[in-house]
Amino acid sequence: MANSPATKNVAARAEVSQPITNMSVIVPAVAWLIPGAGHLIQKRWIRGVLLMVSIVTMFVLGLLMDGRVYRLNGGDILDILGFIGDVGAGGLYIVTRAMDLGQGAIAHATADYGTKFLIVAGLLNFISVADAYHIAIGKKP
Amino acid sequence: MTLELSHFSAALLFSIFASVVFGITQRSATRDMVRYGLYCFALFLGGVLLAGWVMWLLRH
Repeated sequence: MANSPATKNVAARAEVSQPITNMSVIVPAVAWLIPGAGHLIQKRWIRGVLLMVSIVTMFVLGLLMDGRVYRLNGGDILDILGFIGDVGAGGLYIVTRAMDLGQGAIAHATADYGTKFLIVAGLLNFISVADAYHIAIGKKP
Repeated sequence: MTLELSHFSAALLFSIFASVVFGITQRSATRDMVRYGLYCFALFLGGVLLAGWVMWLLRH
């Protein structure tokens, strides 16, 4: 069973690795640092602008709603996951931490929405980074 | 400055932005991106309205 044609096919496909190009390394880094920029440097203008506007607006709305920005922590699992989500926003997260924003106590319901907006903006940027990478390696037009 | 949105308007904004990203990243052709984005938006909004009515029924 281990040597069936289907298994061999899967193994052969896994062995075909994508060549490492400059773009396949630079694009994910740029896309993470500046949401949407990974698409923009590959001349996907409309997609890049839409991603940038969506992710940046969501992140800024989260801050305006007094959402909490998680710091690196080793405590509660939800706090760790919150940090991972926030970090996805890349440059936005770095700037926010540098300006010491998002550290207030959550005093009203919308602040909790804000926290979720911040996390989801980061998670959406992770998806955007993966998409930009797929374009860079030619897996997606 | 603190922005205080209602639950519905926050969910609406969330749906719009998430749908845009899902549409662009999960499909390859432009037409499919638009269709999938709209589909996600409809599901998000439909889910919000449905959950709202379910909670109303549970309360009454």
